[in-house]
Amino acid sequence: MSSKLKYDVIIVGAGPAGLSAAIVLAKAGVKVIVLERGKFPGSKNVMGGVFYSDCMKDVVDEFPGKAPVERHIIDQRMWILDAHSSVGFNHKNELFNEKPYNCHTVFRAKFDRWLAGEAEKAGALIINNTVVRAPLMENGKVIGVKTDRPQGDVFANCVIASDGVNSLFAKAMGLRKKIKPESVAIAVKEVIGLDENVINDRFNIKGDEGVTIEMTGSYFNGETMAFLYTNKKSVSLGVGMVLKDVLKNKLNPNDLIEQLKKHPSVAPLIEGGETKEFLAHLIPEGGYKEMPKLVGNGVMIAGDSAMMVDAIHREGSNLAITSGKFAAETYLEAAKKGDFSEKSLSLYVTKLQNSFVLKDLKKYKGVPDLLQTNKRLLQQYPKLLNQAAFEMLNVDGVPIKDKEKLIWKSVKKEIGIGHLVKDLFKLWRNMA
Amino acid sequence: MEEYGMKVEDKLYLNGYKTDESGGSHLVIKDISVCESCELKQCLFVCACAVYEQNENTGRIEINYEACVECGTCRIACDNIDWNYPRGGFGIAYKFG
Repeated sequence: MSSKLKYDVIIVGAGPAGLSAAIVLAKAGVKVIVLERGKFPGSKNVMGGVFYSDCMKDVVDEFPGKAPVERHIIDQRMWILDAHSSVGFNHKNELFNEKPYNCHTVFRAKFDRWLAGEAEKAGALIINNTVVRAPLMENGKVIGVKTDRPQGDVFANCVIASDGVNSLFAKAMGLRKKIKPESVAIAVKEVIGLDENVINDRFNIKGDEGVTIEMTGSYFNGETMAFLYTNKKSVSLGVGMVLKDVLKNKLNPNDLIEQLKKHPSVAPLIEGGETKEFLAHLIPEGGYKEMPKLVGNGVMIAGDSAMMVDAIHREGSNLAITSGKFAAETYLEAAKKGDFSEKSLSLYVTKLQNSFVLKDLKKYKGVPDLLQTNKRLLQQYPKLLNQAAFEMLNVDGVPIKDKEKLIWKSVKKEIGIGHLVKDLFKLWRNMA
Repeated sequence: MEEYGMKVEDKLYLNGYKTDESGGSHLVIKDISVCESCELKQCLFVCACAVYEQNENTGRIEINYEACVECGTCRIACDNIDWNYPRGGFGIAYKFG
């Protein structure tokens, strides 16, 4: 690359945030370059696998269209696991079989590659195999980036940093504090190959219908969210635990997923499957309170880099796409004035505040702290719930009234009435 | 600890990597003496891909950077690791993601 390369906008990282920004900008005739460190867009990117469609409305003409999606989800299950049992509920709805589909399972290595193709069609330039090492600054303003290529400085009016959870760019800019172990979850996932018909039989679905199962509870020794998602010819099994708990309890992520495979509610669903890929990734779960500063002079931060994950609703890629769109729209407004200062770009923050992105993150801002400080919520309660379900469903000659007394007695012993009232109140305050 | 089914070494064979032989490790221990006095040695258990190993003879922490999937867990878990991305195009290349 020549040292005089000048674009209107540089985008760091070809994930959903960066690529949606690139598409919106390129469609508006802006000269935009996307710098991706992988050998193709998506090659470094991981998520559990559920992608919500709604955010694509203003990004591509038709979705899913030719996008590489796996199955559309019609049945969502939630399980609370204890040592050898589970309590669950689900929502299966024929309305989820109506187009446009609410969400699909996707593989990010395929999906992001496709989205990058859409960005290229719109006129964006995508450069792979290129690491952005540092911002280039002049008078307190970002004027470009330094890459790991010889003479690899690239200049622009504005940089959109969408380089993912580790965002070394936001760090180098001083836009965010050090990430704390309580603000990220280490997630590991396996793609487990299974015959299409076997999947349909086991999950009670047909055609391209899909199922998601989210799991938490006392089976895990720490704040954990696990999942099992159906793809066309495989399932994605994963488990993510807040890093602080992994450290405190000296756990190994691979052991966690092997343990999950053995749970009697999970084992029959993956039996006979063959692991195709093993993945690990950090999920930014710190929520609203741990978000970095979102704009600076000549720079905006989007997606995972900005900790835009709603862990309660397992949403992230849709927040990323939406934030990328907003960053692009903000650039277009700023370009009319030729002003890319922090003040001018703060329109980006306003757009986020007026949308579900910051409204949802703000709504649940107390949840990460609550789950970290109140261990009863994911340990004692799930255990009691499983015990109570067993008591009520196991017919052993004991009158129901006595069983109720027994359950109530263990609630008083394990939790205590005072704690119970307080916990319910706190849950209501933080979730409602 | 309980014995589990599939070892991480066998899983890593399934992944696609392009190892940066000439560039070397993108992970570097900042100060070896910090590791010597580190009691927790969290790098040895927190990494999903078993990148960090303690040499039985020397007691030193060794880095199998070829196995790294660049998740960044060690970076958050330990301040003594100089963590960078591999050079452009090197490192993990997921097929599914």
